[in-house]
Amino acid sequence: MGGDALHAPPCHTEAEGRGICRAAGKIPHCAQDDTNGLWHTLCVLILSLLISLPALAIEPSEILSDPALEARARALSRELRCVVCQNESVDDSPAEVAHDIRRAVRQRLVAGDTDRQVLDYMVARYGDYVLLKPPFKARTLVLWLGTPAVLLLGMIGLWFAAGRRSTAVGSAPLSDAERARLDALPDGKSDVIPSEARDT
Amino acid sequence: MTVVPVRSNHLLYLLPLMTLAILAGFFGWSLVSGRDPASIGSALVGKPAPSLKAPSLRPDEAALSDALLHTGKPALVNFFASWCTPCLAEHPLLERLAKKEGITIIGIAWKNKPEEARGWLKRQGDPFATAGYDLDGSMAVNWGLSGVPETFLIDAHGIVRLHIRAPILEKDVESRILPLLRAGS
Repeated sequence: MGGDALHAPPCHTEAEGRGICRAAGKIPHCAQDDTNGLWHTLCVLILSLLISLPALAIEPSEILSDPALEARARALSRELRCVVCQNESVDDSPAEVAHDIRRAVRQRLVAGDTDRQVLDYMVARYGDYVLLKPPFKARTLVLWLGTPAVLLLGMIGLWFAAGRRSTAVGSAPLSDAERARLDALPDGKSDVIPSEARDT
Repeated sequence: MTVVPVRSNHLLYLLPLMTLAILAGFFGWSLVSGRDPASIGSALVGKPAPSLKAPSLRPDEAALSDALLHTGKPALVNFFASWCTPCLAEHPLLERLAKKEGITIIGIAWKNKPEEARGWLKRQGDPFATAGYDLDGSMAVNWGLSGVPETFLIDAHGIVRLHIRAPILEKDVESRILPLLRAGS
Protein backbone atom coordinates (compact mmCIF):
# COMPACT_ATOMS: atom_id res chain seq x y z
CA MET A 1 0.00 0.00 0.00
CA GLY A 2 2.85 2.28 0.79
CA GLY A 3 0.95 5.00 2.57
CA ASP A 4 -1.57 5.34 -0.22
CA ALA A 5 -4.36 5.16 2.32
CA LEU A 6 -6.81 7.22 0.29
CA HIS A 7 -6.93 4.61 -2.45
CA ALA A 8 -7.18 1.55 -0.24
CA PRO A 9 -9.93 -0.79 -1.45
CA PRO A 10 -12.97 -1.26 0.73
CA CYS A 11 -12.97 -4.18 3.14
CA HIS A 12 -15.14 -7.15 2.36
CA THR A 13 -13.43 -10.22 3.72
CA GLU A 14 -11.62 -11.28 6.78
CA ALA A 15 -8.38 -11.54 4.86
CA GLU A 16 -8.72 -8.03 3.66
CA GLY A 17 -9.57 -6.97 7.16
CA ARG A 18 -6.40 -8.44 8.54
CA GLY A 19 -4.24 -7.09 5.80
CA ILE A 20 -4.83 -4.20 3.48
CA CYS A 21 -7.62 -2.41 5.20
CA ARG A 22 -6.15 -2.38 8.65
CA ALA A 23 -2.83 -1.33 7.24
CA ALA A 24 -4.59 1.51 5.54
CA GLY A 25 -5.94 2.63 8.88
CA LYS A 26 -9.52 1.63 8.23
CA ILE A 27 -11.79 -0.24 10.54
CA PRO A 28 -11.69 -3.86 9.36
CA HIS A 29 -14.21 -6.59 9.98
CA CYS A 30 -15.78 -6.55 13.34
CA ALA A 31 -15.08 -9.29 15.85
CA GLN A 32 -12.61 -11.18 13.67
CA ASP A 33 -9.49 -9.22 14.42
CA ASP A 34 -7.89 -11.06 17.30
CA THR A 35 -4.92 -8.77 17.52
CA ASN A 36 -6.69 -5.53 18.30
CA GLY A 37 -8.63 -5.69 21.58
CA LEU A 38 -10.01 -2.17 21.34
CA TRP A 39 -11.68 -2.72 17.98
CA HIS A 40 -12.99 -6.02 19.24
CA THR A 41 -14.62 -4.40 22.25
CA LEU A 42 -15.97 -1.54 20.18
CA CYS A 43 -17.46 -3.89 17.60
CA VAL A 44 -19.12 -6.05 20.22
CA LEU A 45 -20.53 -2.91 21.79
CA ILE A 46 -21.89 -1.59 18.50
CA LEU A 47 -23.36 -4.98 17.59
CA SER A 48 -25.01 -5.32 20.97
CA LEU A 49 -26.52 -1.86 20.56
CA LEU A 50 -27.85 -2.85 17.15
CA ILE A 51 -29.53 -6.04 18.28
CA SER A 52 -30.83 -4.83 21.63
CA LEU A 53 -34.52 -3.98 21.93
CA PRO A 54 -35.62 -0.39 22.42
CA ALA A 55 -35.64 0.51 26.09
CA LEU A 56 -39.02 0.37 27.73
CA ALA A 57 -40.36 3.40 29.54
CA ILE A 58 -42.23 1.07 31.83
CA GLU A 59 -40.36 0.21 35.01
CA PRO A 60 -40.14 -3.34 36.37
CA SER A 61 -41.92 -2.30 39.56
CA GLU A 62 -44.98 -1.24 37.56
CA ILE A 63 -45.52 -4.60 35.86
CA LEU A 64 -48.49 -6.59 37.09
CA SER A 65 -47.99 -10.21 38.11
CA ASP A 66 -51.01 -11.34 36.08
CA PRO A 67 -49.76 -11.59 32.46
CA ALA A 68 -53.25 -11.21 30.97
CA LEU A 69 -53.93 -8.00 32.91
CA GLU A 70 -50.45 -6.73 32.12
CA ALA A 71 -51.01 -7.32 28.39
CA ARG A 72 -54.25 -5.32 28.57
CA ALA A 73 -52.48 -2.58 30.50
CA ARG A 74 -49.75 -2.38 27.85
CA ALA A 75 -52.32 -2.23 25.04
CA LEU A 76 -54.26 0.54 26.83
CA SER A 77 -51.04 2.45 27.56
CA ARG A 78 -50.31 2.51 23.85
CA GLU A 79 -53.68 4.17 23.18
CA LEU A 80 -53.24 6.86 25.83
CA ARG A 81 -51.33 10.01 25.08
CA CYS A 82 -48.71 11.31 27.43
CA VAL A 83 -50.39 14.67 28.05
CA VAL A 84 -47.15 16.60 28.49
CA CYS A 85 -45.31 15.09 25.51
CA GLN A 86 -45.46 15.50 21.76
CA ASN A 87 -47.40 12.67 20.13
CA GLU A 88 -46.07 10.01 22.47
CA SER A 89 -48.05 7.31 24.24
CA VAL A 90 -47.75 6.81 27.99
CA ASP A 91 -46.31 3.40 27.15
CA ASP A 92 -43.36 5.06 25.41
CA SER A 93 -42.85 8.07 27.62
CA PRO A 94 -40.53 8.27 30.60
CA ALA A 95 -42.35 11.40 31.84
CA GLU A 96 -43.60 11.41 35.43
CA VAL A 97 -47.21 11.99 34.45
CA ALA A 98 -47.00 9.10 31.99
CA HIS A 99 -45.75 6.89 34.81
CA ASP A 100 -48.66 8.00 37.00
CA ILE A 101 -51.18 7.30 34.24
CA ARG A 102 -49.71 3.84 33.62
CA ARG A 103 -50.03 3.11 37.30
CA ALA A 104 -53.62 4.38 37.36
CA VAL A 105 -54.47 2.18 34.36
CA ARG A 106 -53.15 -0.86 36.22
CA GLN A 107 -55.00 0.06 39.39
CA ARG A 108 -58.28 0.36 37.45
CA LEU A 109 -57.68 -3.00 35.73
CA VAL A 110 -56.91 -4.73 39.02
CA ALA A 111 -60.08 -3.19 40.45
CA GLY A 112 -61.99 -4.98 37.66
CA ASP A 113 -62.57 -2.23 35.08
CA THR A 114 -63.10 -3.15 31.44
CA ASP A 115 -60.78 -1.58 28.83
CA ARG A 116 -63.61 0.75 27.83
CA GLN A 117 -64.08 1.88 31.43
CA VAL A 118 -60.38 2.62 31.84
CA LEU A 119 -60.36 4.77 28.70
CA ASP A 120 -63.56 6.54 29.82
CA TYR A 121 -61.96 7.20 33.21
CA MET A 122 -59.01 8.93 31.52
CA VAL A 123 -61.19 10.84 29.05
CA ALA A 124 -63.35 12.12 31.92
CA ARG A 125 -60.21 13.65 33.46
CA TYR A 126 -57.97 14.59 30.54
CA GLY A 127 -60.54 14.93 27.75
CA ASP A 128 -60.32 13.42 24.26
CA TYR A 129 -56.79 14.83 24.20
CA VAL A 130 -55.62 11.81 26.15
CA LEU A 131 -56.60 9.44 23.32
CA LEU A 132 -53.93 9.10 20.63
CA LYS A 133 -56.64 8.08 18.15
CA PRO A 134 -59.32 10.77 18.14
CA PRO A 135 -62.89 9.46 18.55
CA PHE A 136 -65.29 9.64 15.61
CA LYS A 137 -67.90 12.23 16.51
CA ALA A 138 -69.47 15.46 15.30
CA ARG A 139 -66.51 17.62 16.35
CA THR A 140 -63.99 15.39 14.55
CA LEU A 141 -66.01 14.81 11.34
CA VAL A 142 -63.77 17.09 9.27
CA LEU A 143 -60.70 15.36 10.66
CA TRP A 144 -61.95 11.90 9.74
CA LEU A 145 -63.83 12.62 6.51
CA GLY A 146 -61.95 15.65 5.17
CA THR A 147 -59.18 13.76 3.44
CA PRO A 148 -61.38 11.08 1.82
CA ALA A 149 -63.76 13.86 0.69
CA VAL A 150 -60.94 15.78 -1.00
CA LEU A 151 -59.72 12.56 -2.61
CA LEU A 152 -63.23 11.78 -3.87
CA LEU A 153 -63.67 15.31 -5.24
CA GLY A 154 -60.33 15.02 -7.04
CA MET A 155 -61.31 11.70 -8.59
CA ILE A 156 -64.68 13.06 -9.73
CA GLY A 157 -62.90 16.07 -11.23
CA LEU A 158 -60.42 13.87 -13.06
CA TRP A 159 -63.22 11.67 -14.39
CA PHE A 160 -65.10 14.64 -15.83
CA ALA A 161 -61.93 16.13 -17.30
CA ALA A 162 -61.03 12.83 -18.98
CA GLY A 163 -64.56 12.47 -20.38
CA ARG A 164 -64.51 15.93 -21.87
CA ARG A 165 -61.10 15.46 -23.46
CA SER A 166 -62.08 12.24 -25.29
CA THR A 167 -65.30 13.76 -26.70
CA ALA A 168 -63.45 16.92 -27.76
CA VAL A 169 -60.83 14.94 -29.67
CA GLY A 170 -63.34 12.55 -31.30
CA SER A 171 -65.75 15.21 -32.48
CA ALA A 172 -63.40 17.12 -34.81
CA PRO A 173 -65.08 16.72 -38.27
CA LEU A 174 -63.08 16.17 -41.47
CA SER A 175 -62.76 19.07 -43.86
CA ASP A 176 -63.64 18.59 -47.56
CA ALA A 177 -59.96 18.46 -48.53
CA GLU A 178 -59.27 15.79 -45.93
CA ARG A 179 -62.23 13.77 -47.05
CA ALA A 180 -61.12 13.97 -50.72
CA ARG A 181 -57.63 12.86 -49.73
CA LEU A 182 -59.06 9.99 -47.73
CA ASP A 183 -61.18 8.87 -50.71
CA ALA A 184 -58.12 8.90 -52.92
CA LEU A 185 -56.37 6.35 -50.70
CA PRO A 186 -56.39 2.70 -51.81
CA ASP A 187 -58.85 0.55 -49.87
CA GLY A 188 -56.63 -0.61 -47.07
CA LYS A 189 -54.58 -2.91 -49.29
CA SER A 190 -51.41 -0.91 -48.96
CA ASP A 191 -50.22 1.77 -46.57
CA VAL A 192 -48.21 3.45 -49.31
CA ILE A 193 -49.90 6.70 -50.24
CA PRO A 194 -50.10 7.28 -54.05
CA SER A 195 -47.96 10.16 -55.24
CA GLU A 196 -50.90 12.23 -56.56
CA ALA A 197 -52.62 12.03 -53.21
CA ARG A 198 -49.41 12.88 -51.36
CA ASP A 199 -49.15 16.26 -53.05
CA THR A 200 -52.61 17.59 -52.25
CA MET B 1 -57.86 21.77 -41.67
CA THR B 2 -59.81 23.35 -38.83
CA VAL B 3 -59.05 22.53 -35.26
CA VAL B 4 -61.88 22.53 -32.77
CA PRO B 5 -60.33 23.98 -29.63
CA VAL B 6 -60.66 21.95 -26.47
CA ARG B 7 -62.80 24.19 -24.26
CA SER B 8 -60.70 25.03 -21.24
CA ASN B 9 -62.30 25.91 -17.97
CA HIS B 10 -60.56 29.03 -16.77
CA LEU B 11 -62.09 28.63 -13.33
CA LEU B 12 -59.85 25.60 -12.96
CA TYR B 13 -56.80 27.87 -12.96
CA LEU B 14 -58.21 29.60 -9.89
CA LEU B 15 -58.28 26.35 -7.94
CA PRO B 16 -54.69 26.55 -6.58
CA LEU B 17 -55.29 30.18 -5.66
CA MET B 18 -58.53 29.27 -3.86
CA THR B 19 -56.76 26.45 -2.01
CA LEU B 20 -54.05 28.87 -0.95
CA ALA B 21 -56.65 31.40 0.21
CA ILE B 22 -58.49 28.78 2.28
CA LEU B 23 -55.27 27.55 3.90
CA ALA B 24 -54.02 31.08 4.55
CA GLY B 25 -57.38 31.90 6.12
CA PHE B 26 -57.16 28.89 8.41
CA PHE B 27 -53.57 29.61 9.43
CA GLY B 28 -54.37 33.27 10.00
CA TRP B 29 -57.34 32.36 12.15
CA SER B 30 -55.18 29.91 14.12
CA LEU B 31 -52.70 32.69 14.81
CA VAL B 32 -55.13 35.35 15.98
CA SER B 33 -57.92 33.35 17.63
CA GLY B 34 -55.73 32.20 20.50
CA ARG B 35 -56.56 28.58 19.75
CA ASP B 36 -53.98 26.29 21.34
CA PRO B 37 -53.85 22.86 19.68
CA ALA B 38 -51.67 21.62 22.56
CA SER B 39 -54.30 22.57 25.10
CA ILE B 40 -55.46 19.58 27.09
CA GLY B 41 -58.75 21.26 27.93
CA SER B 42 -60.63 20.89 31.15
CA ALA B 43 -62.84 17.84 30.96
CA LEU B 44 -63.69 17.95 34.68
CA VAL B 45 -65.50 21.29 34.48
CA GLY B 46 -69.20 20.82 35.27
CA LYS B 47 -68.61 17.51 36.99
CA PRO B 48 -68.38 16.71 40.70
CA ALA B 49 -64.93 17.28 42.13
CA PRO B 50 -62.79 14.15 42.25
CA SER B 51 -62.03 12.59 45.57
CA LEU B 52 -59.80 14.55 47.92
CA LYS B 53 -57.70 12.20 50.01
CA ALA B 54 -54.28 13.29 51.15
CA PRO B 55 -52.24 13.37 54.32
CA SER B 56 -51.96 16.82 55.86
CA LEU B 57 -48.82 18.90 55.44
CA ARG B 58 -49.31 20.15 58.96
CA PRO B 59 -48.29 17.59 61.52
CA ASP B 60 -51.07 18.46 63.95
CA GLU B 61 -53.95 18.44 61.43
CA ALA B 62 -56.20 15.65 60.22
CA ALA B 63 -55.85 14.20 56.73
CA LEU B 64 -57.69 15.95 53.89
CA SER B 65 -61.04 14.48 52.90
CA ASP B 66 -63.99 15.13 50.60
CA ALA B 67 -65.78 16.90 53.46
CA LEU B 68 -63.56 19.93 52.76
CA LEU B 69 -65.24 20.34 49.37
CA HIS B 70 -68.77 20.17 50.74
CA THR B 71 -68.80 22.94 53.29
CA GLY B 72 -71.48 24.94 51.46
CA LYS B 73 -68.83 27.45 50.40
CA PRO B 74 -66.80 27.54 47.19
CA ALA B 75 -63.11 26.75 47.42
CA LEU B 76 -60.00 26.74 45.29
CA VAL B 77 -57.85 23.64 45.07
CA ASN B 78 -54.28 24.47 44.11
CA PHE B 79 -51.63 21.89 43.24
CA PHE B 80 -48.11 23.21 43.79
CA ALA B 81 -44.55 22.12 44.54
CA SER B 82 -41.59 23.78 46.17
CA TRP B 83 -39.45 22.91 43.13
CA CYS B 84 -41.84 24.65 40.74
CA THR B 85 -40.92 28.19 39.66
CA PRO B 86 -44.29 29.06 38.05
CA CYS B 87 -45.84 28.21 41.43
CA LEU B 88 -43.65 30.87 42.95
CA ALA B 89 -44.88 33.30 40.30
CA GLU B 90 -48.54 32.79 41.12
CA HIS B 91 -47.99 32.67 44.87
CA PRO B 92 -48.63 36.39 45.60
CA LEU B 93 -52.02 36.09 43.83
CA LEU B 94 -53.00 33.12 45.99
CA GLU B 95 -51.98 35.09 49.05
CA ARG B 96 -54.12 37.98 47.92
CA LEU B 97 -57.12 35.74 47.19
CA ALA B 98 -56.84 34.15 50.63
CA LYS B 99 -56.11 37.22 52.71
CA LYS B 100 -57.90 40.05 50.89
CA GLU B 101 -60.82 38.19 49.31
CA GLY B 102 -61.21 35.65 52.10
CA ILE B 103 -61.32 32.68 49.75
CA THR B 104 -60.74 29.17 51.06
CA ILE B 105 -57.75 27.66 49.25
CA ILE B 106 -56.80 24.03 49.67
CA GLY B 107 -53.18 23.41 48.72
CA ILE B 108 -51.79 20.07 47.58
CA ALA B 109 -48.03 19.65 47.33
CA TRP B 110 -47.44 17.42 44.28
CA LYS B 111 -44.44 15.09 44.15
CA ASN B 112 -42.88 17.11 46.89
CA LYS B 113 -41.44 15.93 50.18
CA PRO B 114 -43.66 17.30 52.97
CA GLU B 115 -40.75 18.91 54.81
CA GLU B 116 -39.66 20.71 51.63
CA ALA B 117 -43.21 21.92 50.93
CA ARG B 118 -43.52 23.07 54.54
CA GLY B 119 -40.24 24.98 54.36
CA TRP B 120 -41.33 26.64 51.11
CA LEU B 121 -44.65 27.77 52.60
CA LYS B 122 -42.80 29.10 55.63
CA ARG B 123 -40.52 31.18 53.42
CA GLN B 124 -43.06 32.34 50.84
CA GLY B 125 -46.12 32.67 53.05
CA ASP B 126 -48.96 30.22 53.47
CA PRO B 127 -52.22 31.10 51.70
CA PHE B 128 -53.80 27.70 52.32
CA ALA B 129 -56.69 27.06 54.68
CA THR B 130 -55.81 23.39 54.51
CA ALA B 131 -52.76 21.82 52.93
CA GLY B 132 -51.95 18.23 52.06
CA TYR B 133 -49.42 16.41 49.94
CA ASP B 134 -49.53 13.84 47.16
CA LEU B 135 -46.02 12.43 47.19
CA ASP B 136 -46.38 9.88 44.37
CA GLY B 137 -48.97 11.76 42.32
CA SER B 138 -51.62 9.05 42.56
CA MET B 139 -54.36 11.39 43.75
CA ALA B 140 -53.44 13.91 41.07
CA VAL B 141 -54.25 11.52 38.17
CA ASN B 142 -57.77 11.32 39.58
CA TRP B 143 -57.88 15.11 39.24
CA GLY B 144 -56.61 15.01 35.66
CA LEU B 145 -53.45 16.83 36.65
CA SER B 146 -50.74 17.29 34.01
CA GLY B 147 -48.27 19.24 36.13
CA VAL B 148 -48.00 22.08 38.60
CA PRO B 149 -49.33 24.59 39.18
CA GLU B 150 -52.94 23.81 38.37
CA THR B 151 -55.92 25.39 40.06
CA PHE B 152 -59.52 24.19 40.37
CA LEU B 153 -62.50 26.20 41.48
CA ILE B 154 -65.04 24.03 43.29
CA ASP B 155 -68.44 25.62 43.86
CA ALA B 156 -70.59 25.37 46.98
CA HIS B 157 -72.16 22.14 45.70
CA GLY B 158 -68.85 20.41 45.10
CA ILE B 159 -68.93 20.89 41.32
CA VAL B 160 -65.76 21.82 39.41
CA ARG B 161 -66.36 25.24 37.79
CA LEU B 162 -62.87 26.08 36.57
CA HIS B 163 -59.66 24.22 35.85
CA ILE B 164 -56.65 26.36 35.03
CA ARG B 165 -53.71 24.32 33.76
CA ALA B 166 -51.20 27.12 34.22
CA PRO B 167 -50.01 29.55 36.85
CA ILE B 168 -52.90 31.90 37.53
CA LEU B 169 -52.49 35.47 36.38
CA GLU B 170 -54.03 38.74 37.45
CA LYS B 171 -56.48 38.55 34.53
CA ASP B 172 -57.56 35.03 35.54
CA VAL B 173 -58.39 36.32 39.00
CA GLU B 174 -60.34 39.30 37.69
CA SER B 175 -62.12 37.76 34.73
CA ARG B 176 -62.61 34.14 35.73
CA ILE B 177 -62.12 33.35 39.41
CA LEU B 178 -63.74 36.30 41.16
CA PRO B 179 -66.82 36.50 38.88
CA LEU B 180 -67.49 32.79 39.41
CA LEU B 181 -67.06 33.11 43.15
CA ARG B 182 -69.39 36.11 43.31
CA ALA B 183 -71.99 34.39 41.15
CA GLY B 184 -71.77 31.20 43.16
CA SER B 185 -72.10 32.72 46.62
